[in-house]
Amino acid sequence: MSRVSRDPGREYIAPVMKVRLRYAKRGRLRFSSHRDFQRAFERALRRAGVPMAYSAGFRPHPKISYANAAPTGVASEAEYIEIGLAARFDVDQLRADLDEAMPTGLDIVDAVEVREGDLVSRLEASVWQFVLPEVTPQEGEAAVERLLAADEITVERMMKSGLRRFDARNAIRTAEVSIAPPEQGGCAILTVVVTHGTPSVRPDDVLAALRQVADLVPPVPPQVTRLAQGRLAADARTVSDPLAPDRAVAD
Amino acid sequence: MHSQGSSVFNELERLLPLVNKPVQYVGGELNSTVKDWDSTVVRWVLMYPDAYEVGLPNQGVQILYEVLNERDDTLAERTYAVWPDLENLMRENGVPQFTVDGHRAVGDFDVFGLSFSTELGYTNMLTALDLAGIPLAAESRGDQDPIVIAGGHAAFNPEPISRFIDAAVLGDGEQAALDITDCIASFKADGSPGGRAALLGRLAEIEGVYVPSFYDVEYLPDGRIHRVVPNRPEAPWRVAKRTVMDLDEWPYPKAPLVPLAETVHERSSVEIFRGCTRGCRFCQAGMITRPVRERSIETVGQIIANGLAKTGFDEVGLLSLSSADHSEIGPIAKQLADRYEGTNTSLSLPSTRVDAFNIELANELTRNGRRSGLTFAPEGGSERIRRVINKTVSKDDLIRTVTAAYGAGWRQVKLYFMCGLPTETDEDVLEIADLAREVIRSGREASGRRDIRCTVSIGGFVPKPHTPFQWAAQLGWEETDDRLAKLRNAIRGDKEVGKAIGFRYHDGRPGIVEGLLSRGDRRTGAVIEQVWRDGSRFDGWSEHFSYDRWMAAAEKAWADEPVDVAWYTTRERQEEEVLAWDHLDSGLDRDWLWEDWQDALNETEVDDCRWTPCFDCGVCDQMGTEIQVGPTGRTLLPLTVVTT
Repeated sequence: MSRVSRDPGREYIAPVMKVRLRYAKRGRLRFSSHRDFQRAFERALRRAGVPMAYSAGFRPHPKISYANAAPTGVASEAEYIEIGLAARFDVDQLRADLDEAMPTGLDIVDAVEVREGDLVSRLEASVWQFVLPEVTPQEGEAAVERLLAADEITVERMMKSGLRRFDARNAIRTAEVSIAPPEQGGCAILTVVVTHGTPSVRPDDVLAALRQVADLVPPVPPQVTRLAQGRLAADARTVSDPLAPDRAVAD
Repeated sequence: MHSQGSSVFNELERLLPLVNKPVQYVGGELNSTVKDWDSTVVRWVLMYPDAYEVGLPNQGVQILYEVLNERDDTLAERTYAVWPDLENLMRENGVPQFTVDGHRAVGDFDVFGLSFSTELGYTNMLTALDLAGIPLAAESRGDQDPIVIAGGHAAFNPEPISRFIDAAVLGDGEQAALDITDCIASFKADGSPGGRAALLGRLAEIEGVYVPSFYDVEYLPDGRIHRVVPNRPEAPWRVAKRTVMDLDEWPYPKAPLVPLAETVHERSSVEIFRGCTRGCRFCQAGMITRPVRERSIETVGQIIANGLAKTGFDEVGLLSLSSADHSEIGPIAKQLADRYEGTNTSLSLPSTRVDAFNIELANELTRNGRRSGLTFAPEGGSERIRRVINKTVSKDDLIRTVTAAYGAGWRQVKLYFMCGLPTETDEDVLEIADLAREVIRSGREASGRRDIRCTVSIGGFVPKPHTPFQWAAQLGWEETDDRLAKLRNAIRGDKEVGKAIGFRYHDGRPGIVEGLLSRGDRRTGAVIEQVWRDGSRFDGWSEHFSYDRWMAAAEKAWADEPVDVAWYTTRERQEEEVLAWDHLDSGLDRDWLWEDWQDALNETEVDDCRWTPCFDCGVCDQMGTEIQVGPTGRTLLPLTVVTT
């Protein structure tokens, strides 16, 4: 027998329009967790008066799907959300209103109406950038060389289910070193393309791998930024814009 | 080299990846303000001395933050207690206590204002002072150090922290903070003549400002206080509290802070009135915030509409000491429920009395939402003890009310009680078990369901200054724990309804430390400093609190004194004894308090003076005011579009 709620719940409001958003997590707000972002975003929806579609039930909640959030402490230029609206709304206006309603540093940078397909399957890989203060480009180069030379690098991470050991090397497709501008001290900057999988290889795992194979221990915590997410390009050095297919249909 | 008012964020940022929940230290809250340092004259740093998640929602700090920042010549930023993981890293790396707004060093500000709703924040104040590089002892501070000012309810007896603070503000802070700002601005404009000591002299002339160093305390050989005497002409014999009379003139917060980090209250709050004349004898807040001053229904509606528009919160809290007592609570609740119908905005009414009217009110507030739980606070288990504490509700009324709640669809009722009230016996507390049993039985009958629940929540009573119980002996923690254990066994032992009754309790030991600090005097400061040096932090958190450390510190600090912890806590005081806070005037007449204490011992109740003749508590006479209650018959103003 199905359980029927005797409490006054609200009826289900079906979405008439779906929108995909890209947002950035910048500067000091990179220390916000994904849950922090979710609360801030739901409040911003209310402040901006966005006509949200709601789920049914005891405690109705707005229809929002979050994909693949970057870890706490990591900045990002490319986080993605999909929301369901109960009424049609201009997407450019929506982006501007939501960006205005979000705290500076959690910035809504792109919006497109959903036209086709599934977003998550387009998020195949991430481009991560590691600024390594007080690590010279030469040290960076040497470490990357060893990283790429290894076939398998087992790292450990504490997960909800306990300590887990897994290979971090296979997901790392390319890794390159560049030099930070003089005002940032000319230190090493690492750009690493990592494919998504289970368990996902996260920036901490890349750093653990570098520590393991090349003994690279940055004296200052590195600043990590996700530059992009999308389908892997043929040379595995970049990814494609995951909102482009929707935009292509719209145009 | 650190320049005054410059940001220390770069130094802090390196530490943040290494600590738990770093978001609490980065600021950037919606509606927060970072003003230009150099274009302001008076710079305040405000602290709620607990973790960010508890401190951020505090209404007092948010109100002062806005009131001060509205002035062009003034800047106000906020700081909170840092957890030990960051504290250790800050010490290792030389990062000072910082504000979350501009990440400025706390030591750079002119005024360091701390709001104490509980005494358990005292050790966190010492951590903040120390990390800020401000000498702990007020007498060791120089002209470049901030003036350290305590406010909040605990500041009605600031004697235990008198050696660490330069001043305390008694009562409502809005106007007092502006007066202090004016005073400092004009002192600076005069070229700061006479330095810190002269500034304190000027501050002491402001109504409601108490400067402890301007008073000498003399003791009797047995440890009691002989007398407290001013040692400066600026210092009045008694310092009277400040009272904001017209709450509609102070419609704050206008733009509540919206944190990124998760905090204990995620809602837009409006204080619907200040003060309470119910006369519950244990309640310090009710005693020290008299008289009752209601906010008008129009202003309440405006603050809520504005708060929701500026925050995006989906919950509104109608705050006060007894919210259902607002003379227009019926229209307020109904009109708000109408206005926000279908918006997924929930309304909550904390602190309500036990009566049938409140069930109707709660039904109204939740007519669009869920009916999960209702909370009532009978406080005392037996009718006898409720007469002692003047919480006038009969057992039949209580059962009737709770039954009505279950009948109206509420599934869960929470009942709050205290243990260790004056004259209490085991029997008084064991009656709670009978009460809970009857609640469940009648509730099952009224609702026709067996899945209803009742939770009994109980904690130890701590006598507080400026209440009729200020003379009372606190119950020892062993006796408290023993009584609570008997109650737990009585509830759990009941086969018929035991499983429907939840039992939550706080053990008695933290209450003894709270009691020590609440009714402490200047000698208590040595214990606070000792226990802090021994490692005490976050005493309001059970995982950090150590009773044994406090007792060891007291023994050490008071080796040569005729007093000990029991002397301050479990000892009953006599009428003629000079109490450490007698020179601080909460508006209440001391003779009235003593009479009320005698009435308590005689189990005599006193009515709420809003609806009966005056009992001469002293507040209205002294302030030349009267209780401000409606009904006015007015309604919420129509909503206009808010543009930000």
